[in-house]
Amino acid sequence: METSETASEKVLETRLLSRFLRGLWSLTNRDLKKWYLAPTILLISLIQPVVWLGLFGNAFNLGKIFTGTSFNIPGLNIPQSVLNSLGNTLLTNTFGTTSYFSFLAVGMLAFIVLFTSMMSGMSIVWDRRFGFLDKLLTTPVPRGSIVVAKILNGVIRSLAQAVIVLVIAVILGMTLTYVNTWSVIVTFGALFLLGFGMSSLFVLLALHSKDWQSQMAIANLLNLPLLFMSNAFFPVSEMPSWLQAVASVNPVSFAINIGRNALLGIPSSTPIIYDFAYLSIFAVALGAISIILSWKLLKD
Amino acid sequence: MKEKVISVRKLSKFFGKGFVAVDAISFDVFTGEIFGFLGPNGAGKTTTIKVLTTLLSPSSGDATIFGYSVKNDAAKVRASVGVVPQEFTADEDLTGFDNALLMADLYGIPRKAAKQRIAELMDLVELSSAAKRKVSTYSGGMRRRLELAIGLVNHPKVLFLDEPTLGLDVQTRTAVWNYIKKLKNDYKMTLFMTTHYLEEADSLCDRVAIIDHGKIIKIDSPSDLKASIGGDIIQLAINDKNTDLSNLLKKVKGIKTVKKISDEYRIKVKAAETIAPKLITLISSKGYQVTKLSMTKPTLDEVYLEYTGRSLREEEASAGDMMAQRRTMRLSRS
Repeated sequence: METSETASEKVLETRLLSRFLRGLWSLTNRDLKKWYLAPTILLISLIQPVVWLGLFGNAFNLGKIFTGTSFNIPGLNIPQSVLNSLGNTLLTNTFGTTSYFSFLAVGMLAFIVLFTSMMSGMSIVWDRRFGFLDKLLTTPVPRGSIVVAKILNGVIRSLAQAVIVLVIAVILGMTLTYVNTWSVIVTFGALFLLGFGMSSLFVLLALHSKDWQSQMAIANLLNLPLLFMSNAFFPVSEMPSWLQAVASVNPVSFAINIGRNALLGIPSSTPIIYDFAYLSIFAVALGAISIILSWKLLKD
Repeated sequence: MKEKVISVRKLSKFFGKGFVAVDAISFDVFTGEIFGFLGPNGAGKTTTIKVLTTLLSPSSGDATIFGYSVKNDAAKVRASVGVVPQEFTADEDLTGFDNALLMADLYGIPRKAAKQRIAELMDLVELSSAAKRKVSTYSGGMRRRLELAIGLVNHPKVLFLDEPTLGLDVQTRTAVWNYIKKLKNDYKMTLFMTTHYLEEADSLCDRVAIIDHGKIIKIDSPSDLKASIGGDIIQLAINDKNTDLSNLLKKVKGIKTVKKISDEYRIKVKAAETIAPKLITLISSKGYQVTKLSMTKPTLDEVYLEYTGRSLREEEASAGDMMAQRRTMRLSRS
């Protein structure tokens, strides 16, 4: 065995950034390995978006109400084509597109990112419980790597899920008129920022909670309100004003806005660049807070 | 003069309001020795290890390892020590090898060197054939050996072991003891361990600190600790019942008291195993024969009772600690 003094000094001589990246790579890899090496977990995480989009998306088909119905006003035999074009106008005015399924599909992309990032915090609770976190903390790995690895793990998983949702949505009949390479890149850029901010938030909460029950409770408390108080299912313009106020600061709405603009060509009320700026601030701020606070929370 | 590896000065750790886990303890650990912390659950052993391995920061006082302060040079302390925690911390979903490789990465050991080193360590703890298996398939003894190998991945000069044989069966425990002895003898490592098994402290440790309610009550070698409560007892009888050899026997070095009770001599000595042969030789040289001989050694159990006023079986610990310990014990027996 070589002497520990030379070994330990050698380790600490390397620059902090390279140590940070090495730790980040190894720890992210560890978490992802647990995911892709466990076929059942992978399968279940694939089924979830299928269920949501396939069942919910098709069952909750608002477009069907307006078009292709046999509805008519008695005595006024309005031709079916007029009714259909009326319905389409109503749909376009409300949702910005005649395909409610496509409208919902983009909402589902943000939804799956939101839900998957929430779960990223959970693994920290388990790591703490099983002493793995303590073991990590006895090594000289920079503390930031531990936290960023968890955030990155949440982001990568949620983006992978989002890709699957998009593919399924296309298979189930999402409108592809506006879809090109750039619109996909822009959409996933927005989803990345949303996932990064949300994962940071939940990793931070997980660092704070000592058991998984409280972490589950917090996740459940936050996820549905965040989803319903966004434009995922329904346009913000049709909401009561107090709800509009909440929905218009909800980062989920911003990501969906970008996605709908890029993938479906639905005009955005604000320039897309503003939406991106907002999401970037959200992601960077929450990321920074969780890294800074992790120094304190990992110590106790 | 032996070099100090760990030096602890007036170290205290409080939790919340008023709960003192470690109360102004001071001690030194010298190079190449196995130093043991002996005490029941909740005595402050694990808290001490956590402070020394920089998991907790001290509330007051300080400790240095190779001269690095756990308060101010935490990164240097971390790089130079190895830790084998009480819990099984290896990731169950990964293989033993991948677990060790992950830790090597975190210590910043180059990949090529790390792979070779891990192969050697797996060999040392006899896990080479199981290295590519998932940890969830390991038995308790294998898990403990894996933890040991992982704790050595950065080739530390000092290794911290928290309850290294908790929950293991007797055979596996003996095997783990042998690895620990090997580290000391073959690799000249300094080891700091906690235990609440008296026989473990007795057979492994060069020096033992008895800790209770966060305070160190006594530090000494196991044999001196036992000697301090009266020493060993040799009882013997000789073929001539009418002769009294008490005065002759008293002159042998290391003998404290000699009492002749009816036909037998009851002799208090420091170390029975070395003195008994001398007595036999002496008695034979005077033309008598030893017809009966027995030795009784005091156990650390009695030492513990003597110093703390209570038996080691009485345990006090927090719910969280007990939960973690139960998990370790359950996995140990799998």
